[in-house]
Amino acid sequence: MTAPHSTGLTIMTRVERPPAHAGQGLLSSVGASWMRAPYPALVVDAHGGVVEVNARAAGLFPRAAAGVPLADVAPDWLVQAHGRASEGAGEPAAGPGGSARGRHAQWSLEAHPTRGVDGQIVWWLVDDTDRALAEAALKSEQERTAFLADASSRLLASLNSQRCMEVAVELAAEFLADAAVLVAPASGRRHPLATCVDGEVEHLLARIDPSAVPGLAEALQGFPPVPSRWIDPASLPDWAVPGGFGGPVGSVVVTPLPGHGVPAGALILLRRSDHAAFDTSEEVFARVFAARAGAALSAARLYMEQSGITATLMAELLPPMLQRVHGVEFAGAYRASQDSERVGGDFYDVHPGTGPGEKTLAVLGDVCGKGLEAAVLTGKIRSTLQALLPLAGDHLQLLRMLNGALLNSRHTRFATLVLASVLRREGTTRLSLTSAGHPLPLIVRHDGTVEEAATSGTLIGALPDVRATSAEVDLRPGESCLLFTDGVTEARGGPLGDVMFGDRRLRAALAECAGMPAEAVVERVHMLVAEWIGDNRHDDIAVMAITAPRTTHLTAVDGHTPGRYTT
Amino acid sequence: MTEALTAAEGDTLARARRELWQAVCARDEYAAARAVFGALDSGAGTEDVLLDVIAAVQREVGRAWAENRFSVAQEHSATAIHDRIIAAMAHRIPEPSPTGAAGTVTVACVDGEWHALPARLLAEVLRGRGYRVDFLGAQVPTPHLIAHLHSTSPTAVALSSSIPLRLPAAHTAITAVQALAIPVVAGGSAFGFDGRYARLLGADAWAPDARAAAELLGRGLRRPARGAVRQSIEDLPHLADQEYTLVLRSRRQLVKNALAGLLERVPAMRAYTDAQHERTAEDVAHVVEFLGCALYTDDGDLFTGFLDWTGDILEARRVPSRVLDPCLVLLEEELKDFPRALGFLARGRETLRRRDARPPVPGPDSSA
Repeated sequence: MTAPHSTGLTIMTRVERPPAHAGQGLLSSVGASWMRAPYPALVVDAHGGVVEVNARAAGLFPRAAAGVPLADVAPDWLVQAHGRASEGAGEPAAGPGGSARGRHAQWSLEAHPTRGVDGQIVWWLVDDTDRALAEAALKSEQERTAFLADASSRLLASLNSQRCMEVAVELAAEFLADAAVLVAPASGRRHPLATCVDGEVEHLLARIDPSAVPGLAEALQGFPPVPSRWIDPASLPDWAVPGGFGGPVGSVVVTPLPGHGVPAGALILLRRSDHAAFDTSEEVFARVFAARAGAALSAARLYMEQSGITATLMAELLPPMLQRVHGVEFAGAYRASQDSERVGGDFYDVHPGTGPGEKTLAVLGDVCGKGLEAAVLTGKIRSTLQALLPLAGDHLQLLRMLNGALLNSRHTRFATLVLASVLRREGTTRLSLTSAGHPLPLIVRHDGTVEEAATSGTLIGALPDVRATSAEVDLRPGESCLLFTDGVTEARGGPLGDVMFGDRRLRAALAECAGMPAEAVVERVHMLVAEWIGDNRHDDIAVMAITAPRTTHLTAVDGHTPGRYTT
Repeated sequence: MTEALTAAEGDTLARARRELWQAVCARDEYAAARAVFGALDSGAGTEDVLLDVIAAVQREVGRAWAENRFSVAQEHSATAIHDRIIAAMAHRIPEPSPTGAAGTVTVACVDGEWHALPARLLAEVLRGRGYRVDFLGAQVPTPHLIAHLHSTSPTAVALSSSIPLRLPAAHTAITAVQALAIPVVAGGSAFGFDGRYARLLGADAWAPDARAAAELLGRGLRRPARGAVRQSIEDLPHLADQEYTLVLRSRRQLVKNALAGLLERVPAMRAYTDAQHERTAEDVAHVVEFLGCALYTDDGDLFTGFLDWTGDILEARRVPSRVLDPCLVLLEEELKDFPRALGFLARGRETLRRRDARPPVPGPDSSA
């Protein structure tokens, strides 16, 4: 601009240097050099008349000359500052407090007074136009950076696509525009829309014609955005202007949300007519924001799709909810070896008998291995068993068929399991238990005695032939049979951290479970083992209790009579 | 609400409480159901029955266990009976509107928390008030909770914990949920009788009971603003001294050393059976865990509170609480470079000394 730049520091030293009594004497001694000073300076008398103007000041105020009133040539803020400085004429020196700042034509100026003789005041002017512009630019840049940092963390917080859309329109309407509409790619024939105006977010699923908004169809296909000035706000369809917008639309930006290779949607930004239209730098900034929103939305959509698929596939592998069947209580608990997983190589199922006189088949087993791969094999075993249910009366036959199916499968893993056929007649619940290479079921008698079921057999899926002997066990009311996997007994932990839970502790825990309902038995065992493990690594754990209900009243609320609170 | 009950309603609830208590003492599920459904049939409100009958009796069960009037089996059976009755009651409450007009709330217990009943009662109360509720049950690993929240995006999460030992896990869950911009209301005795630990861990709200939680949620909770996960040290700057980390990481060695020391200094221990040794090891491990918890929260009351509670449990089983003192002395020797831990241990010993000078009193509720 008019003068080369100076730092604030030199300005201050300049202001402080002239002694208070200098004035005209100084002017005459420095004379020409004052006139050529690189900063504008003017001398004004106590009545507001200009006394002298140096060359730079003459450039700023072309009509200023000796005798002309300051008010005729200078902006009001300088005239007022001079008035204030003159009132304080009796003071020894005008301090920095007498300084003023304001605009004059295209310039931004600082004016610093020093006192001359006879109440005259020398005004030293500094042009800080560029600094003011740079400061404004820096402030806006800082705001944008802060906004982008905030936007990124808020956008990335949720992997829920609806929530993500909500955050995107909230941020856009708060910082970029008066209202924002996010148009997601169509699901079926309809587009999910999220709108935000004045902080109010709405979600809609609407059949819209994207070509009704100039640039929207293109944005949804991933083409570069159409410049804002090409879009006529009056041409917007109703759905593109949120309900609470109020007033005519002044300017519109339509910007694509770039996703992972496919557009994650498009963002429509609206400003009211009383708000400045979008300028080019704002359009660029909207694109920068849209890139972040698009990435977050794509990640959320991908996560939702994947978790939907996982949930569907997993549903078949999750342990089932167990309940009372034909007057016998069944309860199960499961814990996968990895806390982040829900399935593993242990499994259980209960297949209710077709009627109260028919046996119910319960099975609990353990496939060699952990994690999803093992879980897939448990799924296979569970569905094979389901198919073999007509043979459930003959455990050995059932195990042989299952063994054959496993040997012929592409899996090379083997499994151990326990089968329990359960039938309740009058007060007695009869269990037929067969272990195929599995830890033996434990029976808790009503007096707290714990017995092992005398069954044995080979594991399945490894050898061409299967051998097994079954055990017949009768449960009286209040007695339970516990089926469990070796994840229970082999759990390492305890107060010392590295001791196996073992058979002895399991039996001791069970001894306290006489007379407890099945859910309570399972919960007790599961809890003791979990507490034993603490935060140690562990194997998959499965526990199932088969319990003959304790009170005889319970026949009235049996699973097949319309009891009052069977679940 | 309770104070607004008419005398007749109050009588109905008091009778139901009495009958339910007798039924769970006898482990008679049928009589328990009769008590509860009888009250509902006489016009008692579902919420009142849940909270003033079932929850009240469950608290009494916890007290009975702490005072050694109930066996483990009785306690578990009572809880199981209550669970079944609540499930059956759910069928009487009309289905909430599928839109979940009042909002969606996820109710979960902190990882490692086994007492699901308080959370379950809250879930039923909220359902009764028109919320759509996802009840995730006991001991929900935080990754499961977060995965659930990503797919459901509820308006709030209610987090329950009864054991102060789970506070570090609760802290992890609270910060992870808040990072999704979902507010957390904390509840359960782990968070302190006045919610001080809920505030310490930065929960958005704390409720002393299910009704208060429902009312808080009814007023609406503000969404936490920030998106980034807050790290534990931001809420708890004292963790920078590493005492918590070091004590927790070396806790097994601490327990082993303390046990070896006890064997040397307490001659009676040499005659212990294996089972007695194991109980002692469990007690020592508990002392160390609670010390760790006090270091995490920088709150000595957690440690002295635990010693008082354990003292009550021991005394109810005719074991003097001063048996804990040699263990604290040994830990003082092991942890001589840990000023905060030493401070808590000194306060703990003082608590035990004071106990010796007074008659035993009933302990705090163990299961509510």
